Amino acid sequence: MSARSYSPPYRRALGYAGLILMAAIFIFPFVFSVANSFKSDAQATNDAINLVPHPASLAAWRQIFGYGPAAATTNFPLWLFNSVFLSVCITVGRVFLDSLAGYSLARLRFRGRKLIFGFIIGTLAVPSVVLMIPTFLILKQFGIFNSYEAMILPMLVDVTGIFLMRQFFLQVPDALEEAGRVDGANIWQIYWRLILPVVRPGLVALTIISFQASWNQFMFYLVATVSPKYFTLVTGLANIVGGGLSAGNQYPLKLGASVLTILPMVIMFVVLQRYFVRGGTAGSVKG
Amino acid sequence: MALVPSDGPGGASLAAGQHVAAPATLPPHAALAGGAEGPGTGRLAHMARRGGPRATGTLRKGEGLFGWLFISPALVILVLFVVLPIFLALYVSFTNWSGLTPPLSSSVKLVGLANYRTLLTQPGIYQSNFAESIRNVFYYVLFTVPLQTVGALGLAVLVNNKFLKARAFFRGAFYLPSVTSSIAVTVIFMYLFQGAGVVNSILHVFGWQQTPNWVYDQRGLFTLILSALGINNPGWGNHLVMGLPAWQWLAGPSLGMCVMIIMVSWTTAGTFMLFFLAALQQINEDLDEATEIDGATSWQKFRRVTVPLLRPTLVLVVTLGFISTWQVFDQSYLLGPANPTSITPAYFAYQVSFQDSAFGMGAAVAFLLFALIVVLTLLQRKFVKEDLTK
Repeated sequence: MSARSYSPPYRRALGYAGLILMAAIFIFPFVFSVANSFKSDAQATNDAINLVPHPASLAAWRQIFGYGPAAATTNFPLWLFNSVFLSVCITVGRVFLDSLAGYSLARLRFRGRKLIFGFIIGTLAVPSVVLMIPTFLILKQFGIFNSYEAMILPMLVDVTGIFLMRQFFLQVPDALEEAGRVDGANIWQIYWRLILPVVRPGLVALTIISFQASWNQFMFYLVATVSPKYFTLVTGLANIVGGGLSAGNQYPLKLGASVLTILPMVIMFVVLQRYFVRGGTAGSVKG
Repeated sequence: MALVPSDGPGGASLAAGQHVAAPATLPPHAALAGGAEGPGTGRLAHMARRGGPRATGTLRKGEGLFGWLFISPALVILVLFVVLPIFLALYVSFTNWSGLTPPLSSSVKLVGLANYRTLLTQPGIYQSNFAESIRNVFYYVLFTVPLQTVGALGLAVLVNNKFLKARAFFRGAFYLPSVTSSIAVTVIFMYLFQGAGVVNSILHVFGWQQTPNWVYDQRGLFTLILSALGINNPGWGNHLVMGLPAWQWLAGPSLGMCVMIIMVSWTTAGTFMLFFLAALQQINEDLDEATEIDGATSWQKFRRVTVPLLRPTLVLVVTLGFISTWQVFDQSYLLGPANPTSITPAYFAYQVSFQDSAFGMGAAVAFLLFALIVVLTLLQRKFVKEDLTK
């Protein structure tokens, strides 16, 4: 054992104290949300700090799952469906198209590649918030505003994903492609059968990043649609908090809806934590 | 150049509290298990090497065709939903488009620089609201970037303590907010900070009885501190600068904005912690031990050895922090309607466009914000570079 693995007990205690205090700060907002979603509106408003609902009320959760006096403005089953549907479409699109583009930039030589590479880097300079109003304009101009297409098409490719995949493809040994070529496979077959299976870690990271981004997406869904039938959990939640509810604070309902929005990401995170952590430090290039 | 994942069409975005991708090197697993024959070895390497100077001039069969085939779907989407919109919006910012017709229809009138004039030089509600949104986001950035950076570094150092157990659990707990929806987090924090909410209840326990109604409180932090010291608005504070009184410009973040600052720092600290953790783990352990033998205390070691070695990561985290904080929208969408001091330029652009149907002006706000981000990013780069060569 080296000298540095010894540390005095007080330092150890201090370390744990710090960790536990910080963990409390990071976890308690979620704990309070869950606890208060099981209270009545009055309780949640006036007795927020109490972690044990007494008496417990299921009213908020009944409404979330479509029972009880559902306000016309809440349709959680539909929102859940939209969230899942859009996230799946966008994730599949991104994983497929980003890796195709990444492969092209990493491994294929063709006239104009440098130019395209520069162009794609250039689009990164545009902050997404600057695209908010322009995206609405272009959707109006194309006549697809307020549709699923309007929500999916602009999100279908993301430049970070392209560069992430490019980095992975750059690491693939050339021998693999050569072997495929010797066997007489064309470029598509080489890509699809030989190369893609090798970059699976990249595909997993990209899948997670894309699913998370589309699940949590707010701004672009907001400007792409106007009808409540296109609400996702996120945009629907923003709508009820922004005054879409008829009366009262309705804190339990808002908190329950927040918990429901967050929960799938938390489950995904807990199950796939190592990929999240990798994805979190993977997605980019030096340039 | 560091890349940031986009949560929107094409461009780099980093809605505060969203996922961040790190730069520099790929994780270890990226060195793929492709067999012993790595790039550059083997008899075919000379003709297949990429990245370096091209060894052979001949294109392999179909490479040009497939190259274009593979890249074109992405290219088409980027042109249609990033490039085209930008130019269309630039055009619209010189018009009076109301959002009802397609923007290129004949009923849309060119108005020259009128939208920009209304925002920048013409006294009125738009000028002062725009100025206020700039003031708001300025203080937001000024406080959030240091807070989330220091917070991330602190968390990383805590988690990096090798003599502690269950570090993976704590790392997960700190990272958790990073994967959650910014809207849901905002809803939760609005609840925590409500008048009789959790935060105020805790403050009561510590003896602070006059707790504010945070989300709705428009009083500036600096103003509050100054007035506690007995300093109030001197006469010159009423002087209007871009439609906003000078005293208002200097007010600091409002208490409502402080909620947003705390919330976003809370969300992003865990994200940036990962950057620092990766860097800390790379710091040479020998170096670590050498200083220990020299008899340096742990604080000295941290200050003299660790921090300088973390410098590149620090620069990166600060840069990414700036890029994301200027763009803050989601949080302002929920907090802004309750409190004008929580309205950021991004939300102001949305408000002007979708609530006042003044899309020409909204587009102009977007471009002014773009210009502001570009100028400040360049300034920050220059500043950081100079700092590095010191």
